[in-house]
Amino acid sequence: MIRRVLPHGMGRGLLTRRPGTRRGGFSLDWDGKVSEIKKKIKSILPGRSCDLLQDTSHLPPEHSDVVIVGGGVLGLSVAYWLKKLESRRGAIRVLVVERDHTYSQASTGLSVGGICQQFSLPENIQLSLFSASFLRNINEYLAVVDAPPLDLRFNPSGYLLLASEKDAAAMESNVKVQRWEGAKVSLMSPDQLRNKFPWINTEGVALASYGMEDEGWFDPWCLLQGLRRKVQSLGVLFCQGEVTRFVSSSQRMLTTDDKAVVLKRIHEVHVKMDRSLEYQPVECAIVINAAGAWSAQIAALAGVGEGPPGTLQGTKLPVEPRKRYVYVWHCPQGPGLETPLVADTSGAYFRREGLGSNYLGGRSPTEQEEPDPANLEVDHDFFQDKVWPHLALRVPAFETLKVQSAWAGYYDYNTFDQNGVVGPHPLVVNMYFATGFSGHGLQQAPGIGRAVAEMVLKGRFQTIDLSPFLFTRFYLGEKIQENNII
Amino acid sequence: MAAPWASLRLVAPMWNGRIRGIHRLGAAVAPEGNQKKKRTILQFLTNYFYDVEALRDYLLQREMYKVHEKNRFRDKEWIRPDKYGHFSQEFWNFCEVPVEAVDAGDCDINYEGLDNLLRLKELQSLSLQRCCHVDDWCLSRLYPLADSLQELSLAGCPRISERGLACLHHLQ
Repeated sequence: MIRRVLPHGMGRGLLTRRPGTRRGGFSLDWDGKVSEIKKKIKSILPGRSCDLLQDTSHLPPEHSDVVIVGGGVLGLSVAYWLKKLESRRGAIRVLVVERDHTYSQASTGLSVGGICQQFSLPENIQLSLFSASFLRNINEYLAVVDAPPLDLRFNPSGYLLLASEKDAAAMESNVKVQRWEGAKVSLMSPDQLRNKFPWINTEGVALASYGMEDEGWFDPWCLLQGLRRKVQSLGVLFCQGEVTRFVSSSQRMLTTDDKAVVLKRIHEVHVKMDRSLEYQPVECAIVINAAGAWSAQIAALAGVGEGPPGTLQGTKLPVEPRKRYVYVWHCPQGPGLETPLVADTSGAYFRREGLGSNYLGGRSPTEQEEPDPANLEVDHDFFQDKVWPHLALRVPAFETLKVQSAWAGYYDYNTFDQNGVVGPHPLVVNMYFATGFSGHGLQQAPGIGRAVAEMVLKGRFQTIDLSPFLFTRFYLGEKIQENNII
Repeated sequence: MAAPWASLRLVAPMWNGRIRGIHRLGAAVAPEGNQKKKRTILQFLTNYFYDVEALRDYLLQREMYKVHEKNRFRDKEWIRPDKYGHFSQEFWNFCEVPVEAVDAGDCDINYEGLDNLLRLKELQSLSLQRCCHVDDWCLSRLYPLADSLQELSLAGCPRISERGLACLHHLQ
């Protein structure tokens, strides 16, 4: 009986644990239980090392339905919506694996924290609108018993995007799409701009779009902690470790055109502990890649992109880390309380920070000026040469300013079309992506989390259709360009 | 006008002894002739008899009511709910009249509820005092009233902060 039970428990092909079933508790899972009991008895017997007394509390569990790689705002949002949309309470076991619990390099904590609806793609606008209503009602969504309510410190000051002559037509059509989707945006001419914001220099500006409602900036750290607290209360397990290996199996199948295609399915995730060689294989059904700037490494571990270039097997995930600087400066004569987040025609942006005439801002470098993303060191010369001249041109009061501090963070930059990747991979069938949002991941995180959870649980997008954001567009070459990227 | 009648009923039994006095005073209140002299008689009597005082108040209220009826909204008279919390039916007669002032103090109005208030294009005065659900997001919605709004009161709202007040610059 023992010999029959053991191979049964270890047979890979017979493992069909789907996310809807519940483990433990009231279901009789004799095969797994008996094999575990056998393992324990064997370890007690003389001649074996005793595993019973070792402390494994720091290790992740051995089985989990969904493993989310990456514990930033996107990963936590997916975990939250998975738990919110599951059909029965406790139906899905979710494990979030985060390499760094201090979030020292995570894009979420280092973000400027803006939210705006001024995009050109309808899907982006819908995601931002939903995220704005999520943030507005955050204390209903993320309420935890006996915990204090969250204070997001939202500044509803809006975004002001400036366009030069050649971009004015594109801005007008964008605003039409935004209004159609329900965003409240008003177009302003240079004269109206000067009336409203007397500190602005409208040289070179042909048109400006000003978001009136649901736009502004908030505290991303508060959102992260709120999500973390809530998903922990919903029963999601956290683990501090790094994913080093995926154990998967392949199956060769024929398409309807009789072409052979190899489908992979991940069975185990090896999570290595920090500063040690110890690792835990976590058996899982679904893996969600929400690793932000490092998503490409995780995808490569799963075998995404291993193949001749130009084929679906050979299409890599085109997400790479890009370093962006944010500078904080003090300017006593600067623009007043009414200042929105101003994005200049040159790509430089700034916003008010607090009530003491402090501002923060930066600029996206061009392709040639891209800094080395190996570390998060700040280059102050970049501010002197590339950011300050544009700011001083746009706001003459900024000619005299003093930089107080600066920091750098990563964009999970999608080199293909600077828009996110959402949904399953066509060949690695149980890996889902939620990454590559190139600087607007934070503001769209609630919407994206819900979309990925719907895809995992129901098999299709239900509320917001993100089919243009699937992975297959990289192979098919269908770019979905977004015009305004800050 | 139930109250003055009630008081008069209370007063009437006590007046039975002074019927002649009523008639005399009825002539006295009419504003003709030597007003000053007659008013001093009334005032003299008011100082001595509570009932005379009650009568004088009643007659004054009657005069004020007549004045109010004539210029209904010129003094910005408020439409208030009665003690059961219902509004009178004559409110429906004023469908076309633009609303100038809304007092939503101590109301449970929230973000979605402001939809109704923002449609009032000629609102001049809005009071959201002590509304517990009005927060910074609600303040960012007030810009459609920028043309007409003169007064805005947010006293005692616990959920607004300086960040919401910063976006009130739309209302010049």
